[in-house]
Amino acid sequence: MSTIEPNVRTFLGKYVSDPQVDGDLDLFSSGLVNSLYAMQLVLFIEKEYGIQVANEDLDYENFKSVNAIVNFISTKQ
Amino acid sequence: MINFDLTTEQKAAQIEFRNWVDKHVAPFADQFDEQQETPASLIESLAKVGYLGALVPQKFGGSEMDALTWGFFCEEVGRTSASLLSLITVHSMMIQALVKWGTDDQKNKWLPKLATGEVIGAFGLTEPNIGSDARHIESSAIKQEDGSYILNAQKRWISFGSSASLFVIFAQVDNQPAAFLVERSMKGFSSEPIKGMLGFRSANIANLSIENVHIPASNVLGRPGFGFSHIASTALDQGRYCIAWGCVGLAQASLEASMSYAGSRQQFGKPIVEHQLIQEMLTEMIVQTKAARMLCLHAAFLKIKGEPALIMETSTAKYFASRIAVTASSSAVQIHGANGCSADYPVQRFFRDARIMEIIEGSTQMQQIIISRAGHQQHTVDQRERESAKNQG
Repeated sequence: MSTIEPNVRTFLGKYVSDPQVDGDLDLFSSGLVNSLYAMQLVLFIEKEYGIQVANEDLDYENFKSVNAIVNFISTKQ
Repeated sequence: MINFDLTTEQKAAQIEFRNWVDKHVAPFADQFDEQQETPASLIESLAKVGYLGALVPQKFGGSEMDALTWGFFCEEVGRTSASLLSLITVHSMMIQALVKWGTDDQKNKWLPKLATGEVIGAFGLTEPNIGSDARHIESSAIKQEDGSYILNAQKRWISFGSSASLFVIFAQVDNQPAAFLVERSMKGFSSEPIKGMLGFRSANIANLSIENVHIPASNVLGRPGFGFSHIASTALDQGRYCIAWGCVGLAQASLEASMSYAGSRQQFGKPIVEHQLIQEMLTEMIVQTKAARMLCLHAAFLKIKGEPALIMETSTAKYFASRIAVTASSSAVQIHGANGCSADYPVQRFFRDARIMEIIEGSTQMQQIIISRAGHQQHTVDQRERESAKNQG
């Protein structure tokens, strides 16, 4: 079983009260996270998975929800 | 494991920076402040020694300096001239945004020139009606059929706005924040120097007017929608890091000037350094400067490791360091008495510059909002983990 989702939720848990949110919940439009979180997420992905998040990855669909983040990491690995 | 040891290279760099600013900046900083301008010759000197390319990757001609060594450089520059610190701050903000979010073509085109100083970078977010509320900037750009943009923007209080040649300018595209690389040579771009500022008087501050400027698609930095959350955030994090270290330098300069003055100034038959109320001020300056430096070192440690926490810790360091720069420089003026209010001593410049530090790259009040929110969130996380441990135990 992939450890990506639990890791993402653990990271998310530092910024939201309940990290066990619906996997498809839009974290940004729901107001759960702020703009500082966006760059912290980038740093988390880069450090945890050795992935360089670059210009071409700047797509809202890559970061908007837990499932989107997990999918993005899986695709880039 | 905690290790405060510096490498041989870092120690050597500290000495090199100190010697360089003492020779090239310190003797002239008051003069530039009075003239309200940093001359091109000083910027050329910075470029010649390679400091403008410190954060540019080696493959683009820079020296790819590590975050801690860069922090030491900012401290030394901040110790001698806050205005010059603002140059390396905005230049490095441009570099950081490009390194992180630039396309290969943008990196290949601009980074080598930024490294040599052929191009000086600056950062344009603030507007006549918009300061802290940066998400609601009024500048706008309209996309054209060929992918280019027509940009209209008014930017205010732009450090080195009257001399930089490349700007990262933020504007709305269909209500989505976007970042553009705007060149001074573009038709419709103009700048107007701002004089009479309280501090940062030689930071070549200007208003920028960008009227119907045609921006090719190749000059869009990142993607529309990510201009604030990613491009501006990356640059501002870098800016706060520079400013935090620079404030340590400013506080250190205030302390050194005060120690020197208090040791030689005689009142009531003895040097004022022997008077207890002066000692109280000196003690506060010493301890607060050390504490600010420790916060900066922590931020550097996290930055080198690439930890997500670096963003909040850099904000914390900037918040504290800018506040103690104000109190330290204020005490320095107090210790100097009337002399400290005169142009004969630099402490009045330190005090004026320190006030600016609490406003730029996120005001003290904005940092308070961010830091307290993050602190409350951390408290929630801690509570949750304690509950979880209790339930499992």
